Amino acid sequence: MSSDPNSIHRKAAGPNPADAAPTAPAAPSAAGKDAPREWRSIEEYHNTPEFRAALEGEFSADAQLPDAPGRLTSSAAAQAPKPEAEETWRPRPWEAWLRDADLQQQMRLADSSSALEKAAAPSAAPQDAKDGINRRDLLKLAAVGAATAGLSACTILPTEHIVPYVRQPEEIIPGKPLFYATAMTMQGVATGLLVESHMGRPTKIEGNPEHPGSLGGTDVFLQASVLDLYDPNRSQTVLRDGRISSWQDFVAEMGNQRAALTAKGAGLRILTQTTSSPSFGAQLRKLQTQFPNAKWHQYEPCGLDSAREGSRLAFGRMVNAVYRVDQANVIVSLESDFLVSGPGHVRYTREFASRRSIEGTKQNLNRLYTAESMPTSTGAMADHRLRVRSSEIEGLARQLATAIGIALPGGTGAESANVPEKWVQAVARDLLKNRGASLVIAGEGQPPIVHALAHAMNDALQNVGKTVYYTDPVELSPVNQTESLRELVNDLNAGQVTLLMILGGNPVYDAPVDLGFQAALMKAPVRVHCGLYKDETAEWCNWHIPAAHYLESWGDGRAYDGTIGIQQPLIAPIYGGKTYQEMIATLTGDEELSNHDLVKGYWQAQGPPKGQKFEEFWEVTLYNGVMTNTALPAISVPLSHGFLQQAPTSSPAQGKELELTFRPDPTIFDGRFANNGWLQETSKPITRITWDNAVLMSPATAAEHGLNHRDYVTLRCGGREVSGGVFLAIGHVDHAVTVHLGYGRWRAPGPPHLIIGPGGTKDRQFGFNAYVLRTSTAPWIAGAPVQIENTGKKYEFAAEEHQWLIDNKGVESDDVSVNAFKRDLVQVATLEEFKRDPNFAQVPEAQETKSLSLYPNYQYTGYAWGMAIDLNKCVGCNACVVACTSENNVATVGKDQVDRGRVMHWIRIDTYFHGAVEAPEMYFEPLPCMQCENAPCEYVCPVGATTHSSEGLNDMTYNRCVGTRYCSNNCPYKVRRFNFYLYSDYTTPSLYGVRNPNVTVRSRGVMEKCTYCVQRINAAKIRSAEENRTVRDLEVLTACQQACPAGAIMFGNINDKNAHVTRWKAQSRNYVLLADLNTRPRTTYLARVRNPNPEMAG
Amino acid sequence: MPQVFHRSANLIARVSIIAVVVLIGVLTYALYQIEESAWYTNIGEARPQPVPFSHRHHVGELGIDCRYCHTSVEKSAFAGLPPTETCMSCHSQIWTNAAMLEPVRASYRDNVSISWVRVNALPQFVYFDHSIHVRMGVGCTTCHGPIASMPLTYRYGTLYMSWCLNCHRQPSKFLRPRSEVFDPYYQPPSAVHPVTYREVKYTDQLALGRQLMKDYKVYSLTDCDTCHR
Repeated sequence: MSSDPNSIHRKAAGPNPADAAPTAPAAPSAAGKDAPREWRSIEEYHNTPEFRAALEGEFSADAQLPDAPGRLTSSAAAQAPKPEAEETWRPRPWEAWLRDADLQQQMRLADSSSALEKAAAPSAAPQDAKDGINRRDLLKLAAVGAATAGLSACTILPTEHIVPYVRQPEEIIPGKPLFYATAMTMQGVATGLLVESHMGRPTKIEGNPEHPGSLGGTDVFLQASVLDLYDPNRSQTVLRDGRISSWQDFVAEMGNQRAALTAKGAGLRILTQTTSSPSFGAQLRKLQTQFPNAKWHQYEPCGLDSAREGSRLAFGRMVNAVYRVDQANVIVSLESDFLVSGPGHVRYTREFASRRSIEGTKQNLNRLYTAESMPTSTGAMADHRLRVRSSEIEGLARQLATAIGIALPGGTGAESANVPEKWVQAVARDLLKNRGASLVIAGEGQPPIVHALAHAMNDALQNVGKTVYYTDPVELSPVNQTESLRELVNDLNAGQVTLLMILGGNPVYDAPVDLGFQAALMKAPVRVHCGLYKDETAEWCNWHIPAAHYLESWGDGRAYDGTIGIQQPLIAPIYGGKTYQEMIATLTGDEELSNHDLVKGYWQAQGPPKGQKFEEFWEVTLYNGVMTNTALPAISVPLSHGFLQQAPTSSPAQGKELELTFRPDPTIFDGRFANNGWLQETSKPITRITWDNAVLMSPATAAEHGLNHRDYVTLRCGGREVSGGVFLAIGHVDHAVTVHLGYGRWRAPGPPHLIIGPGGTKDRQFGFNAYVLRTSTAPWIAGAPVQIENTGKKYEFAAEEHQWLIDNKGVESDDVSVNAFKRDLVQVATLEEFKRDPNFAQVPEAQETKSLSLYPNYQYTGYAWGMAIDLNKCVGCNACVVACTSENNVATVGKDQVDRGRVMHWIRIDTYFHGAVEAPEMYFEPLPCMQCENAPCEYVCPVGATTHSSEGLNDMTYNRCVGTRYCSNNCPYKVRRFNFYLYSDYTTPSLYGVRNPNVTVRSRGVMEKCTYCVQRINAAKIRSAEENRTVRDLEVLTACQQACPAGAIMFGNINDKNAHVTRWKAQSRNYVLLADLNTRPRTTYLARVRNPNPEMAG
Repeated sequence: MPQVFHRSANLIARVSIIAVVVLIGVLTYALYQIEESAWYTNIGEARPQPVPFSHRHHVGELGIDCRYCHTSVEKSAFAGLPPTETCMSCHSQIWTNAAMLEPVRASYRDNVSISWVRVNALPQFVYFDHSIHVRMGVGCTTCHGPIASMPLTYRYGTLYMSWCLNCHRQPSKFLRPRSEVFDPYYQPPSAVHPVTYREVKYTDQLALGRQLMKDYKVYSLTDCDTCHR
């Protein structure tokens, strides 16, 4: 990706397509000089009629009546045709509840040819009239509304009860939350957490600042995990052959099985996910001494096999690589999304962001090169992003290794047009210039050889011990999990397994398809499954035991650097779930031991550190959540140079041959979070799709195959096929297709209580199962020829790509005020430009408009709350979005409503592209409420439901709101969200538990928006007033700020000259959005400064 | 064209206009009265409780401090209702066989909470915090009324927003010295009962209130987000 030398302010007339990329724009309408400077979607780039309709409608759908014509759909073709039943009778908006659920189809697929005919037919107009509201109906409704509105005020409050404790626990103060340290393990890596508990019910996850893997930050999965705890669809009963049974029966049965096991337990197999729990390991060792012939297998579909095998290749043994990202001046990511996935990513983001901070003009920016096929957050942060097919990265790595002086007798492999020699040489020179302060990271989707080459490069660059060090593996037993599963399947098929215990995981759904796991599974006479859900695997097992959630159980686990964290339960198992340790205990004869005994007993047996009493040590460890000084020591592992002799292993896809790559989903991971509404509704970085996975490809590739955005296609690979919708991913490499794993679960009912609007669908699970195409030999890059065939149907995605559009860039109209074209929403400069003009982000209009008011400005004398967001740090990981959802009881609305632009998130991550459609720069911009001092929303509220506080907050009083939505229509930043339906779940009792008791649960017909977490502000104000002091800086952390792993959000009192936020806002990079409107937002942004390699400019 | 209406119609018209105005007035007044009435607000109405707990006996006659039972009133938004254990700290010694106290003993014996009927309930969208009010010199009886003379507890204030704002707009009308907050018999200063605060005798509530606002850093908080979020 080249940087435009004239791009200061990015106010140049637009990208010049000539210098953009070698490939010509392939999409239908040419991207000429009309193309906008910054854009958010492929439609916007090409300025399609649909996009213009969305833009002119201000609010794609929600400013209009439900189902009114003109709402944003993917294309005319998708809009016009509906299944027959819908055309003959479409409910009026208020009749949505009448609708026969069966009429709603799983996917709104439509025949595109007939669609075009119908769209062109003149009958469209009467159809619209029939759908709309006529005057009589409106008057009737208005009358009924007025009458019932009056009645609704005549309620007498219901009788409430107060139920105090019989014996009150000592530390509980009713009304005050308590925080407990615990840890969550994913991919065998534990991340320390602090969990907020209200009267014994965990409600909110925060990162544990003491834990090296968190440092206070979190990610989407950690934030959303608390919702899983209360999921009403969790498994709640022990099942035996599908019938309700009991734990006692199971224990008795396991006793019998134990007695029946012959030949030292030869028929016993345990299948777990990756684990790093020392106490669990001790149990397994005990089991192995009792049954020496029993075998333990591990499998996780999106595990770290490549990294493990890569380290074995490089060092002759499996080791764990720990990066010190903050020590590196130059980072090369070989398709590694190390900022948002993989072990330690929360920590790495913090370290990366620390090298992206600029104080005044002081800076020490690092430089990130990324080579990747599918655009990721890490790619968006890159100063130079190279679009390259996954299979070509080995070649790239080999060339890079050669260029930095590593001899590769095996050769560098086939040349590829996507890997320019110039790029490789420039990167190599940059790396060599920064010996000992550079870092090469290989991605999990890359074969082991790439990982080994990365290790070799770090070794050659003398980075080992400086930016990377190696430790023993954090996992209990590092194995190649695919091979481990293959071995299990072979044993199953050979009939050698009499008892198989599956602890977690869902292999029937996610095992490589060529292993035939399900068929093999059925050959074991006794199959036991323990999991959170009655999932696909549970269905085929004799016994299913509900598992305890991590917030319900004791445990332990190692962080990315080996530090031990203790997993402490916040609540007793809600559904009587059992831990994996209790499951193993039924086999070792320890069934009378509790989960707590098993964990504490293990550590007691280990003994406390010298000079400490165990009980004290244990208490302190639980309190801190971290066992001090348990990080694994760095080990010295000499590089074995043998692998360098190897010839290139992977043959890159040739020419225009399509390549298929698999990736874990950015929001539901490998499918385990498929039932989590918060995660499903979080839009995926870059594409901003919600609720779905897609066949992702570049616009050029789509054009080459005659495909369009949102075409429904069949993907064939190795004799297997799956169908899904095409989504044009901007920045995706050509001649390649990416699919995300984890969707298409057939035994995941989906989140409860989703609004089924008119024309909506009843389904709660969408997408397709990409595991169907995934084999054990090609887990990440499908080698077999990939075919793609258009079915002629359309698939509707609920993508937020151009919802809440702020500007009217892209609209060709003379009567639009000139100001509209001056809206620099994302201010970017290169480092050199920044050095030349540190004030590049300042907008002159901001100064001019300040003096335009007739009235004297309001003087904020007390606190004045403000926020600054550093665009240089934000990696677009969405942790803030989920944290806000959790903190503020934000409702989940479902795919249909998201598609209508009614997602309720109070903070969104706007994603802007700059430059040519083939390889644009990508920018994230988190957008909460701006809390304008001159708030346009406040003037228009007829009932005073939104008012300004004396501290500068733009208050929203839900109980006053009558739902006129004037405020939302008058908000230039489009941060207000309206409850079109009863989105909050009032009907599922288990979900009451997850609510924050300090935030009102909003009902239907009420406007809501970001409040700067006013409940936290008030709590801090009360605390400080009681202690007779003022609120300290950083005493109030908003939920988004606290969750942010990068530390990109700063909040505080801007009247305090020494506050962090004031210092941020005093920077020259500080700018406000839409300054020309004189709204004077309290939320401001620090402009992005990129650090491209001067050698590669132009 | 002849007159359609007889002259008397003028009178009817006049009377009707007046009647409508009067009717609107009467209706408005009636609605206001209904809204303020005990029937609607439950003011003064003792709610049936599982145990007929008497504040008059415990507070008025025995002189037990509010905080003996409502332990979190100085620390938390919620003043706290005593766990059964607190009741039993005395009632395991005295009145051990009283039939009236059987629900308390049963609760303690069976480990089942007593379900008290809430007397002062706010809607869900209002966030009230006891600790800061107590800290700022708002006495218990200012909102809860003459609790020391209530045989059964009843609601004293309407708990309407206007009732809250009455004090929030002008806290000086109600504040008392911190030392007097938990005194159930506290009387606002008057010529007859002067209140001594920092060795100054006050006979005027407003003077005392203003001084307290200064000392305690009390401000009139009327932003919406003070109570609604």
